[in-house]
Amino acid sequence: MSSILVIEQILNGLQFGVMLFLMAAGLTLIFGVMGLINLAHGSLYMIGAFAAAAVAGATGSFFLALVAALVAAAVAGAIVEMVVIRRLYNAAHLDQVLATFALILIFSEGTRWVFGSFPLFLDIPNALSGPVTLPGGIQYPLYRLTLIAIGLAVALGLWLLIERTRIGIQIRAGENDREMIGALGVDISKLYTLVFALGAALAGLAGALVGAIQSVQVGMGEPVLILAFVVIVIGGIGSIRGAFIGALLVGLTDTLGGVFLPEIFKLFMDSGAAQKSGSALASMSIYLLMGMVLIWRPTGLFGARA
Amino acid sequence: MRVKEKHVNALVIIGLIALPLFALISDEPFTITLATRAVILALAAVGLNIILGMGGLVSFGHALFFGIGGYTMGILAYHAQTYTTLDLGLFATGGTEFMPVIWVVAMVVSAVLAYLIGLLVLRTSGVYFIMITLAFAQMFYYFAISWAQYGGEDGLSIYVRNDFPGLNTLVPIQFFCICFVILCLVLFLKARLQNSPFGLALNAMRQTATRVETVGLNPMKLKLLAFVISGAITGLAGALFADLNRFVSPTMFSWQLSGELIVLIIIGGVGRLMGPVIGACIFVALEHFLSGLTEFWHIYLGLILLGIVLFARGGVIGLLTGKEGAHV
Repeated sequence: MSSILVIEQILNGLQFGVMLFLMAAGLTLIFGVMGLINLAHGSLYMIGAFAAAAVAGATGSFFLALVAALVAAAVAGAIVEMVVIRRLYNAAHLDQVLATFALILIFSEGTRWVFGSFPLFLDIPNALSGPVTLPGGIQYPLYRLTLIAIGLAVALGLWLLIERTRIGIQIRAGENDREMIGALGVDISKLYTLVFALGAALAGLAGALVGAIQSVQVGMGEPVLILAFVVIVIGGIGSIRGAFIGALLVGLTDTLGGVFLPEIFKLFMDSGAAQKSGSALASMSIYLLMGMVLIWRPTGLFGARA
Repeated sequence: MRVKEKHVNALVIIGLIALPLFALISDEPFTITLATRAVILALAAVGLNIILGMGGLVSFGHALFFGIGGYTMGILAYHAQTYTTLDLGLFATGGTEFMPVIWVVAMVVSAVLAYLIGLLVLRTSGVYFIMITLAFAQMFYYFAISWAQYGGEDGLSIYVRNDFPGLNTLVPIQFFCICFVILCLVLFLKARLQNSPFGLALNAMRQTATRVETVGLNPMKLKLLAFVISGAITGLAGALFADLNRFVSPTMFSWQLSGELIVLIIIGGVGRLMGPVIGACIFVALEHFLSGLTEFWHIYLGLILLGIVLFARGGVIGLLTGKEGAHV
């Protein structure tokens, strides 16, 4: 086990983590501002990936594909918010779960209907393909490095948006007291649509970016959605900072666990058994992490005290 | 026209007996299998409805217990049929093909697991509870996939259905009768439970937890007991479901299944005794007829579901009887 491998895996974990953050940030923002649990967030991720794959296939431009992903997911998010989600803000959690579960069914089958069951492929642009040499002689794929940079840039941008702009003030005020900011003349329904579309765009961006290193297929959103749930439960629902820390923790735990747990198990059992039990434990590791965080803090690391 | 809920309930039970009998006479064994599927899904949803309808806690991870029941059956029957020993550390067993034993083991394993998981997840409520139950079920899903000894991702086939004394379980109508009798027993127990001191306390806790606490009841204990009973019943349904298909696979743990169990309850009506049963019948019928019409039947299921959530709260029973069900 060399230090190069360790650093590579840490970078992989970071890359996975920042992509999870893009998903989790939208989810947690939507929950924080509107009090809504949105299971269909994974569908928006899928829509972003499919839009990107379709546009990249037609134009050959990766940049246009990313723009298409952002626009398609944001528009889909805005439409869904205006047609369905808007009626659910005051509904029970059970109704929210069901309605958004229904949306998953509609989006998934609709996408299968339009694009078919076979996975699409989105290629990494030439300018970003191939490895780069990092200080210390480590070869690392440039595209994955770019993903880390984009993820960190979005995190910074989101922080600036929420802490430093007028919209951000309204979002934060909406989290605290939605009636009061309505009384102060802020158009709440417009604000809600905007926040929902913003969350959707982030999910669509994540879908397009990850779609280039995995295949683009129906049902790709839900595993990521569930991981994003784990992230925001760890970070504390409604907290962007919590989502960021939680996403990095989950990304690193999952990646490093998958590589190193079998190695650690090999220290005290034979190689075949170590491989098996190590990878079984690794597949459960992030849920164990979540369990431990919850025992320690039932509302997550940065959640409001219940 | 408004009808009384007990009439609807009686009609459903009669229909559930009549349909398979009719299918038996007209020699359509597949219809009997469909009815069995509806009965087993109904049983699983009755279990879920104890924590969801009576307790007001939306568990989005009940596929966990369904899968545990399924794998309990799968593992016991696998060892019995391959004449291998199952070494559990403390003791070893050769497995079993005897249904009643499988059911008891499935319920006990599910109950113990529900207790342990409940200790953790019931510390939370609301959205946290939804997400955490989902995450726990997902954890078992991935564990089942990586558990190569029992088939991993491909699942585990059990070639012969397990035995029940005096019956030939491979005859569809006989297996249906077993499942139907179990469902009726559980419904009877659930009705008793609803009116027992425990059921009343649980009901009160859903409405105002603080008041229940001030009269000296422990909400955590109430919720934990409800979660354990709920998990055990869903686990039993899982064992039966595995026996129906003679196959277990990680999909029994999938989040889609957890979602579908909730959907069954909502279609029928939350917090009603027969809600899950009506929901399961409608769901299986929809699944059968819509999937015959179009490959993309989930779109229509989704639209129907949206319609129910947005416009018909209280489900089918609510529509028929003109009363909205208990709200969660």
